[in-house]
Amino acid sequence: MEVGPGHFLLAKLDDVARWAQSSSVWPLTMGLACCAIEMMTVTAPEYDIARLGSEVFRSSPRQADLMIVSGRVAQKMAPVVKRLHDQMADPKWVISMGACASSGGVFDNYAVVQGVDTIVPVDVYVPGCPPTPDGLLYAVNLIQQQIREGGRGGVLARG
Amino acid sequence: MSTTERPTTPPEPMTPEIVSREGNSMVLSMGPQHPSTHGVLQIMLEIEGETVVKAEPEIGYLHTGIEKSAENLFWTQAQTVIERMDYLAPESNALCYALATERLLGIEGKIPERAQTIRVLFSELTRMASHCVWLGTHGIDIGAITVFFYCFDLRENLLDLQEAAGGARMHPNYMRIGGVNGDLPQGFLDRFDALLEKFPGRMRDLRGLLQANPIFQDRTIDVGTLTPEEAVRWNVTGPALRASGIAYDVRRAFPYCGFETYEFDVPTRTEGDAYARFLVRLDEMEESYKILKQVRKRLDTPGAVMIDDPKIAAPPKETIALSMEALIHHFKIVSEGFRVPPGDAYASVESPRGELGYYIVSDGGNRPYRIRTRPPSLYNLQVLKHIAPGNLIADLVVMIGSLDPVFGEVDR
Ligand code: SF4
Repeated sequence: MEVGPGHFLLAKLDDVARWAQSSSVWPLTMGLACCAIEMMTVTAPEYDIARLGSEVFRSSPRQADLMIVSGRVAQKMAPVVKRLHDQMADPKWVISMGACASSGGVFDNYAVVQGVDTIVPVDVYVPGCPPTPDGLLYAVNLIQQQIREGGRGGVLARG
Repeated sequence: MSTTERPTTPPEPMTPEIVSREGNSMVLSMGPQHPSTHGVLQIMLEIEGETVVKAEPEIGYLHTGIEKSAENLFWTQAQTVIERMDYLAPESNALCYALATERLLGIEGKIPERAQTIRVLFSELTRMASHCVWLGTHGIDIGAITVFFYCFDLRENLLDLQEAAGGARMHPNYMRIGGVNGDLPQGFLDRFDALLEKFPGRMRDLRGLLQANPIFQDRTIDVGTLTPEEAVRWNVTGPALRASGIAYDVRRAFPYCGFETYEFDVPTRTEGDAYARFLVRLDEMEESYKILKQVRKRLDTPGAVMIDDPKIAAPPKETIALSMEALIHHFKIVSEGFRVPPGDAYASVESPRGELGYYIVSDGGNRPYRIRTRPPSLYNLQVLKHIAPGNLIADLVVMIGSLDPVFGEVDR
């Protein structure tokens, strides 16, 4: 973007769209386990995700751009997570928050899906059990960066 | 446990056929992804217009197999996964499990005084933190969003203390079998004092925002009323039981960690509705504050924080570099754990949600043979089925909020 003589602005439409898109990444209200509490904490005063334009947690997947998988995904919950991801409109991004969502974490057993990337494509992984709210904020930053660079989301998947 | 099998295609979504549909009614599935079910609860509702005719909670969306996982870990390691059950009050879980194991080991009376005090300190801090989350989310459900910010601000201070002592904000694994993991760090007491100073003002703010608020009262008074008989019949414990007029508190009835030596009241109400539960929880936070002030006085006396029993406690880190025996001893405890005599034991504590109990069985090995939890949320949640019919859907949201279930604990 550049400012021309007189008061007008030159930019590519693409860049403007990406700039707007990256500053209003709306997450889906989907709390799964302990990590969900830290996900709520980022909206609270100390961390204030509103600074990134992502404080608008949407309850309907149709209105959300970002799925934060906040916690362990039980086998029973897996189809629901998949369905919610399917219902989100493109382009969409996924953050896998915490050890459990990324790899099963401490629960290496029959009940927990060993990594949510086995069912939905993940863009950013946040380590920690639970990750600190700063960690999640950084992940949202990375998502914004991906958007500005023209990413379409859904790049990392494990079969 | 097989870890190689990874499901590539998820199984078909389940649609529980548990609600029969008759006449003019409609079946509505509320959850498992719903902003006000406080996690992953699904309720199959049969509704007529806005009125609930039948409500069938469907749980298990967060089943993690924690009890099973714990069987494969050493006695001390099991605490790691156990803390992740009731994630709003990890310290209560860990404490309860430690108490049960100590009972089985026969070292109940030998826990140092200071360790007991620190345990009380953290079980009350965790209660306050848990009630903060409850109040914040309950407020959001009802449309009072401001209270959320106040609550989480206060919670931040509580978590800071936990982080200072245990090293992590939420799951510090600080309570250990035989005591606590290391003494309080330098500067902890100053921060603790600062919190004690801030707390009454914050409490006034919280009360000021909601207690006399006519909209909040309209939404909660006479909603989800539980009579004392029903509450007892459904095995409800904790604030929900006390709001129905029964003063049962594990800290009083079966004291642990020296709770009998602290002065505090057990707040009760008689109305049994959502508003009464709200008041009881707020009062409880103030009682916790009273306990914390007494704890503060006792913390000035230094002392050991871990039991002096080489069979259970590892030697202090400092000695490892100096003594070969200490090194070997440390290695043994870390790599092999300790053995617990065969038998079974039950211990319970008052968690923020009610009576939390652990029943553990040992076969004499270094891992638990079986761990069974008595999760208060599960028992509290089951009354929902009973109190929901005849109310509006909007009231159902208030009821869920006022029962304060935590699904990590319900589904385990
Ligand atoms: S990563 Fe840790 S905090 Fe997050 S859901 Fe798993 S156990 Fe809970």
